[in-house]
Amino acid sequence: MESLRLVVPLRRRALPVCVLACGALLFFSQSCTRPPAQQAMDTHRAQQPPAPGQLVAPPFVPADDGQWTMPAKDYASTRFSSLDQINTTNAANLKVAWTFSTGNTRGHEAAPIVANNTMYIITPYPNVLYALDLTKPGAPAKWAYQPKPNASSQGVACCDLVNRGAVFSDGKVFFNTLDGQTIAVDANDGKELWRAQLADINHGESITMAPLVVKDKVLVGNSGGEFGVRGWLTAVDANSGKIAWRAYHTGPDKDCLIGASFKPFYPQDRGTDLGVSTWPASTQTSGQWQIGGATAWGWISYDPDLDLIFYGTGNPGPWNPEQRPGDNKWTCGIFARKPETGEAVWYYQWSPHDLHDYDGINEQILLDANINGQQRKVLVRAERNGYVYVMDRTTGEVLRADPYGYITSSKGVDLKTGQLIYNPEKSPKMGQTTREVCPASPGMKDWQPTAFSPRTGMLYIPHQNLCMDEEGLQANYIAGTPYVGMNVKMYAGPGGKRGVFSAWDPLAGKEVWKIDEDLPVWSGALVTAGDVVFYGTMDGWFKAVNARDGTLLWQFKCGSGIIGQPMTYRGADGKQYVAILAGVGGWSGAVVAGDLDPRDGTAALGFANAMGDLKDKTTKGGMLYVFALP
Amino acid sequence: MKRGDLKSEITNLRFCLSPSVRRPSARACVVAAWLAVVVALAACEREKRETVEAAPGARTEAISLSDLRPGGGSQPGETKNPDEGRAYDISQGKQFFSYYNCAGCHFNGGGGIGPPLMDDKWIYGSDPANIYETIVEGRPNGMPSFRGKITDAQVWQLVGYVRSMSGQLPKDVSPTRSDHMNARKSEQTTEKEQPKKTTLPETK
Repeated sequence: MESLRLVVPLRRRALPVCVLACGALLFFSQSCTRPPAQQAMDTHRAQQPPAPGQLVAPPFVPADDGQWTMPAKDYASTRFSSLDQINTTNAANLKVAWTFSTGNTRGHEAAPIVANNTMYIITPYPNVLYALDLTKPGAPAKWAYQPKPNASSQGVACCDLVNRGAVFSDGKVFFNTLDGQTIAVDANDGKELWRAQLADINHGESITMAPLVVKDKVLVGNSGGEFGVRGWLTAVDANSGKIAWRAYHTGPDKDCLIGASFKPFYPQDRGTDLGVSTWPASTQTSGQWQIGGATAWGWISYDPDLDLIFYGTGNPGPWNPEQRPGDNKWTCGIFARKPETGEAVWYYQWSPHDLHDYDGINEQILLDANINGQQRKVLVRAERNGYVYVMDRTTGEVLRADPYGYITSSKGVDLKTGQLIYNPEKSPKMGQTTREVCPASPGMKDWQPTAFSPRTGMLYIPHQNLCMDEEGLQANYIAGTPYVGMNVKMYAGPGGKRGVFSAWDPLAGKEVWKIDEDLPVWSGALVTAGDVVFYGTMDGWFKAVNARDGTLLWQFKCGSGIIGQPMTYRGADGKQYVAILAGVGGWSGAVVAGDLDPRDGTAALGFANAMGDLKDKTTKGGMLYVFALP
Repeated sequence: MKRGDLKSEITNLRFCLSPSVRRPSARACVVAAWLAVVVALAACEREKRETVEAAPGARTEAISLSDLRPGGGSQPGETKNPDEGRAYDISQGKQFFSYYNCAGCHFNGGGGIGPPLMDDKWIYGSDPANIYETIVEGRPNGMPSFRGKITDAQVWQLVGYVRSMSGQLPKDVSPTRSDHMNARKSEQTTEKEQPKKTTLPETK
């Protein structure tokens, strides 16, 4: 089976050296300080490009130091760990090592991060940052930092009060608050270094994403696609908190930092001020684009060799498509930009003139491929509209786009033009109900990130199997209040199971194995060199499955449903640990986190209709669980 | 008067006026006629449209948000929202609930960004005056302040509609059907909840 071909990248061959070096360092010093990831990169380059049909991690991914300093693990966003103490033969023996209560009852979507034998966890609003000492038994808290965000920000958070993680870089921890601030604290003592107020709740903006640090820039995007905001990505100076640049995702080219460097692959993305001309005029503003959404609340990847960042843009505002004829650029697409200046290099639109809230903000995994004998730098992305895309990340060309679930809203992607082929029967209209639109608004997969193993060549995809009925409504723009204009009722797709965890061969464009889950799989995925894949379910089962065939190896029932991101690290004692934040919520779990009334099927943007039974299956409560072998 | 009573009175009246069926006694006819007048008057009230706005300012004097009264004492009575007797105002309130984007957070009563409005849990009070203040002042955990954005009369119409969502209003003024996708049982057929004061959304 081609997809199972063993790929051994150099970083794995380099691992023993690193294990010895870092292990020794860890053993002798509890304050083992490591070189920044960037410095390690150039010393661990792969010697051999991938063989035909192979997909490997790019050479810039550093050798694994056993830490986990950013939610995606590395700039390529693999969520792959080279640690292999926990493997398919012993995972069944995993036991709880220690736990930590966050005291927070909202949805916990964040990944714990680990640097210098300290674990950092960020809670949902009110966004408390805890530092836990991994050198001591039970990992007691070293300090807690309370940013005290404005309580009113809860009113502009579309989908529970989540936060997707903090990031460690160069002795600092960076994170965002729901009320629109980016904050840097000293990783050692939790002292605040700076705060930058980037978003304005009175215009419906909030921030829920995990920042990415590239060189001396902290990259942050806003949320608020359901509030008629104008989306942006901002670079903040990591040392001062000053804004270095901001790229808007609607409006004139100069606002979008689109200039001479901009070379999109497809002709539909070329032209002047498309961020204005692909929008209608508005009676309430000088142009619909001013309240047109295109936020950046998801994931950013970075290729240091190309010196490009890649990230997606969210849905247009309002959801009701009849109020915004046109392609609505630059919504529901992906940008490649230069991190120093923010200049756009290319763009591709997953879902032009979005019809169903298919935000384009999912993670992109940067990989190197050999396709028909050609070496290609690709990005692989399980997109919300239902297709796994393989793109050339140097140009933005779509190489493949394969459906990974049941789709009625479109009929495929035209690889010549790059255009999504919509199914006109499924366009929502005002005053009528369009039925059986699949996937539903959260897409085939929402924010919950996939993981890629260079050992199996497979992408591990936590996702949904949901369809919906929808009806357009006239949306009225009142700044700081929702701007949606759609009645939605979601329900399980074919087969009746609402969630799927699948292993996908990106180059073959096919599923290798899958696990049907009763509830949407709203947690992220983690895969390790022990060939163990970890994910959690919304009723609280944390699972370890065999990366090669999906066999269940072990499971543990946590106190609340899991929507967080699993991670693994090497402890101060040299042992491998696996950590997950439990605590149900998020859009899918809002029924429980917000104590909603599912008798109204349209509650929580229609998700309540599909989740009425969640209150019987789990309860709230944030708790960190850390597992290890005995 | 319940709908069933109305039906039997109409039947009685028909008997009074029809020569072909055995007539009820003259006394029964008089009673029926009176009841018909009462029903007609009540229907007038239901159909009444107030054009003069309620005087602002005096509404919160009689209410409190807390059930804890040091030393005891009587619970303040419920304030009266005259709109709650008029179907027209409630139907206007339902439209404003959509126009002012209340539905954007509370949806059709089940909640989402904001809490549900169709259940029995009331964080900031279920009295009409409490709800009035919630809309005008806003509340600290995300409810915006609509002061200066919605006229006083419209706020009262909204208050009436919000209370109809959990079945607090008489059936004859509550909306019967929605013009849109069937999201929930109509406000008219929603069982009346017994409002309880609660904290912010809690574990079930």
